[in-house]
Amino acid sequence: MASNSNYEKFKSNGSLVQNVLEWVDARFPLTSLWKAHLSEYYAPKNFNFWYYFGSLALLVLVMQVVTGIFLAMNYKPDASLNAVGVPVAFASLNYITHDVSWGWLIRNMHSTGASAFFIVVYLHMFRGMLYGSYRKPRELIWIFGVLIFLCLMAEAFMGYLLPWGQMSLWGAQVIVNLFSAIPLVGDPLSIWIRGDFVVGDATLNRFFAFHVVAVPLVLIGLVAAHVLALHEVGSNNPDGIEIKKVVDEKGIPLDGIPFHPYYTVKDIVGVTVFLALFSFVVFFWPEGGGYFLEYNNFFQADPMKTPPHIAPVWYFTPFYSMLRAMVWNFFWLPAKFWGVVAMGGGVVILAFLPWLDRSPVRSIRYRGPIYKTLLAIFVFTFLVLGFLGTKVPGYYFFGYTPATNPDGSVIFNPLNYLLSGDLIAQVFTVYYFAFFITMPWWSRVDSYKTEPERVTWK
Amino acid sequence: MRNLKTLLAALLIAPALALASEGVHLDRAPDVSGDKAALQNGAKLFVNYCLSCHGASALRYNRLLDLGLTEQQVIDNLMFTTDRIGDQMTVALRPADAKKWFGVVPPDLSIIARARASADGSGADWLYTYLRSFYRDETRPTGWNNVIFPNVGMPHILFELQGEQVLKTEKSQHDGKEVEEHKLALTPNTGSLSAEEYDKQVADLVGFLVWMSDPEAGFRKQLGVGVLLFLAVLFVFAYALKKEFWKDVH
Repeated sequence: MASNSNYEKFKSNGSLVQNVLEWVDARFPLTSLWKAHLSEYYAPKNFNFWYYFGSLALLVLVMQVVTGIFLAMNYKPDASLNAVGVPVAFASLNYITHDVSWGWLIRNMHSTGASAFFIVVYLHMFRGMLYGSYRKPRELIWIFGVLIFLCLMAEAFMGYLLPWGQMSLWGAQVIVNLFSAIPLVGDPLSIWIRGDFVVGDATLNRFFAFHVVAVPLVLIGLVAAHVLALHEVGSNNPDGIEIKKVVDEKGIPLDGIPFHPYYTVKDIVGVTVFLALFSFVVFFWPEGGGYFLEYNNFFQADPMKTPPHIAPVWYFTPFYSMLRAMVWNFFWLPAKFWGVVAMGGGVVILAFLPWLDRSPVRSIRYRGPIYKTLLAIFVFTFLVLGFLGTKVPGYYFFGYTPATNPDGSVIFNPLNYLLSGDLIAQVFTVYYFAFFITMPWWSRVDSYKTEPERVTWK
Repeated sequence: MRNLKTLLAALLIAPALALASEGVHLDRAPDVSGDKAALQNGAKLFVNYCLSCHGASALRYNRLLDLGLTEQQVIDNLMFTTDRIGDQMTVALRPADAKKWFGVVPPDLSIIARARASADGSGADWLYTYLRSFYRDETRPTGWNNVIFPNVGMPHILFELQGEQVLKTEKSQHDGKEVEEHKLALTPNTGSLSAEEYDKQVADLVGFLVWMSDPEAGFRKQLGVGVLLFLAVLFVFAYALKKEFWKDVH
């Protein structure tokens, strides 16, 4: 971390602006912060496409906070029905989109921002897996990152209740009910979370408080810790080698360039492309085909009417699939409990990655065929789990339906198993965990290429 | 690395192929979003036929000025329950009474066109099909039923315009199995409009419901074009700036 003594204090040339700067710098670590984190933070010069997503995640966070503030000015966390029978919270969203000046834009930006946040963060995490960014000495950066991901999931989940549509209500009902599967404390715990026996006004009010105050505070703190830890040890790069090993006489890495101006101007290019994609959704495709805003959530919440199909938003679906894949009662504990364990474990196991990976090299560029193959399958299974999480249980691929006898019994056909979404979700869930649990073994026996001394341009 | 990319690309395409659609068939609603006269007609139909039971509480009457109407036209032709142009388009019917009389509270239709969208089609497609799929069913309390909304609580409000439909079941042989097909048949001379005229009226009404669900949609798309053009220009400058700074990095 930047300590003030390492940098020379700012000296004014006599102009008014510089005098003010000198005055401030004598009382606040302005120069040292600027230099330590931007103008003299040396980042590897060979960052590629995958290195845009960290700064983009920061951009989306700022955007969510700003749009969130304006939404909170007009939103009302109130589940009671107004004079015409519409819940006040649901009506306040209509008020935002129909009456508030630019309210439609703020709302679309915030809802699109939620999905964009997860897209960017998933790509950012995958970058870490490609180039071994979690390896020593960057374990803590990775752990802060996993905590950010957990916070983000909590933030998204609680935010999704606020529109008080059908999916808001029933999605929250399903997820909070999961906690009741925990032995002994489950039922009181889920009632404690809801503040009621069902998801109701009390739940809406506390989720609003968590969504706009508590979780964002933790999130911003974790992001600060994530960036500070990164700047303490320096950035990894697509070659997965330490640039600090080769330095000039001043101790500056030969393969390092100051973050500012080099990466600030480069990130502006990335930001422009990102904003174009983001704007396309905001202005032309706000529902994102029913994945960014679920159609069913445009129906007001109705506790008396259970929707035929309750699906979480797309960014939760891989973990939701893992939850549903658990259908057996182990050790006298119900399947639902193991579902919760699988869903939570699927996220938590990521935190152990720095110690599970035993490869002598970090980057995929120098790793062997075992890692490349298993990682490709991992990506595929994760995407399929995500896809299946949006489908009803009993889904079959390619529109297949098992043939039945007149008495209703199913006629045997291998396709009944090969195309069964339920079975595939179970197999892929096993793969997801096996990928991590067996990693210490296969990452050690995999072949590898010798890493270069200096970074390469590929 | 190249092998990995090829493999990933192949694996990414596989789930897309698996997206086979199932579900009900919906007719495509004509797009009348750019046709002010059609939307004005839709507003008239909505106020005359729907607004007696269904509210549109997100909308205020003066919003109808966006459809090219004058304030006086709205007051004279479209406002029956209030005399203040800034009021919300709500019904006098109280939810508790509606529940007692119909068994169900007629839903607020403010954003119904967004809610009815699904993998089967847009919300407009669903509404367009729904309003043309009522048929006579004496087993229902209202005497009406609907093909895509079985046992619907609402009677066929536009019956005078369309006339009566009945559901006919046709049985046919298909691959050695007996297949039942349900078809709607219009009883001749029961409605005041021809089938084509009725479809046009429904299309206008649905167009209005779509407009109502997102009145800024037209402006949103115009603005979107401007924003994307601006970003395209910004990209050129941003890229040139990056090139300039990076020319000394080797």
